[in-house]
Amino acid sequence: MTFEWMKIPFALLTLFIVVNYGLLLTALMQKIAARVGGRHGIPIYQNYIDLLKNYALRSAITHGFMFYLGPVFRLTGGVGLLLFVPIIYGSPMFSNMSFAGDLILALYFIFFGSLGMALGAGESGHPYSAIGVTRGLSQVTMAELPLALAVFAVAVQYQTLSITEIVAAQQGGFLHWTLFTNPLAVIAAMLSFLGSMMRPPFDVVLAPQEIPIGPPTEYHSAYLALMQTNRVIFPIAKIVIFMNLFFGGASNWPVFFVKVFAIYMVSVLVGVVFPRFRVEQSIRWFMVWAVPIGIAAILIV
Amino acid sequence: MEAFVKPGEKNRLKERPERPAKEELQPRVVTTPDGQEITVEPLKDYYCEAPPKVHPPAYFKIVEDLFNWARAESIWILGFGTGCGAIEMRPLMTPRFDAYRYGIQWRPTPRQANLFVISGYLSVKTLKRAIRSYEQMQNPKYVVGLGSCTINGGMYWDSYNTIKRLDRYLPVDLYITGCMPRPEALLAGFLELKKIIKAGKGEGANRYAENFAWYKANQKQVIHDWDMPDYSW
Repeated sequence: MTFEWMKIPFALLTLFIVVNYGLLLTALMQKIAARVGGRHGIPIYQNYIDLLKNYALRSAITHGFMFYLGPVFRLTGGVGLLLFVPIIYGSPMFSNMSFAGDLILALYFIFFGSLGMALGAGESGHPYSAIGVTRGLSQVTMAELPLALAVFAVAVQYQTLSITEIVAAQQGGFLHWTLFTNPLAVIAAMLSFLGSMMRPPFDVVLAPQEIPIGPPTEYHSAYLALMQTNRVIFPIAKIVIFMNLFFGGASNWPVFFVKVFAIYMVSVLVGVVFPRFRVEQSIRWFMVWAVPIGIAAILIV
Repeated sequence: MEAFVKPGEKNRLKERPERPAKEELQPRVVTTPDGQEITVEPLKDYYCEAPPKVHPPAYFKIVEDLFNWARAESIWILGFGTGCGAIEMRPLMTPRFDAYRYGIQWRPTPRQANLFVISGYLSVKTLKRAIRSYEQMQNPKYVVGLGSCTINGGMYWDSYNTIKRLDRYLPVDLYITGCMPRPEALLAGFLELKKIIKAGKGEGANRYAENFAWYKANQKQVIHDWDMPDYSW
């Protein structure tokens, strides 16, 4: 396999499109959540201004090297996840750096940012950061388990670890999607998806009322802006994986936008309806509901 | 009677006798698990001693104007209820007033906030925490005084443990009058603050750094048990 240099500008273009779509999409989701509460909500362009303002702050204190690297690792998790999966199926330009075994790398990247964040927040020395990181890592670890089971089920089902080949196997009508060929795996993965989207049933990590904002308590200015950038890239990168594995992928940008929006809406709908879990409740919830479904998905394949 | 020093004037008031620092803040010798003896000085080890610096605006005016516009349109308030006016802040988040549509958000940590709302009376005890919170915010930062208490002491004019004029202790950008101001007044105040920031006049943090000695003298006049560093970034 030879490396084509033209992939680099197209990967950057992908990144640009996803950042802009993410900024607008997260604002739209906040607006939807606000409308549920009877409010107008933020303007749709508010995320751009917040980002610009945070980059424009004049002073930024630091707590050490890992404090710098925390947001960088976090952003690496999001960007890396995005760049190593095929965004648009069948498009040589937007299949990015995908390769034969990229599913394992994707699983790794999903967890990578949280670990980097834990190191950075740990160095800030704030007790709230430590509590937030402890809660976050326990919950993310538990939410990863059903996702890993579902991913293995899918890998066994299609006999491959390449995301491109999994998408290829799902082409030819929506009844070929994993959603219909292996519904148990999709259910387990979607339950895990709720756990990692930082939406209400599982947002105790950030718990703004009891542990002010959790891991990023000490983060400000450009550090926070880096993390905000990741907050718009990472959910979409993760949704791209879900879309490719379970919902037939996208063969062009409009389909991509619609599918990402629809999958994101699942977590928003659940989020505005249900109250918040404590950590031990959410772990129990994953153990009782998501993990057995994941195991069943592997068994019946 | 509240004592204070005018700008540029020497502190003529009688110096208070220094109180010994609290026990947990005094230097102590600790033996590590491997038998090493180290000295711990909490006030030096846990806090930074560097005084605040003046941060000049961006070199190009057009860049600074863009930044000021962004700062004005994205106001993050430190959620620290300092007085009874904190009650008036809550309705602002609710459907009736909905401050979010103006780009105004509440942040639970001083690091991420750029507007400190002193909501009403400020007791000396709270002033101590308010100063530390203000100093932890990042430049540029703004202070809004809410209600008559922050302007002239209001109904606490005679109180022995409440400060009367906020701008002697922190650089205030804007006062919102009333006792208490209604949420509409707060919204109007925030919109007024946006105009101040857009005009490039929201330089409270630099004022604080320039007149640091004066602010500290005033703060130490009222806070008797000063067991904290002079500046906590």
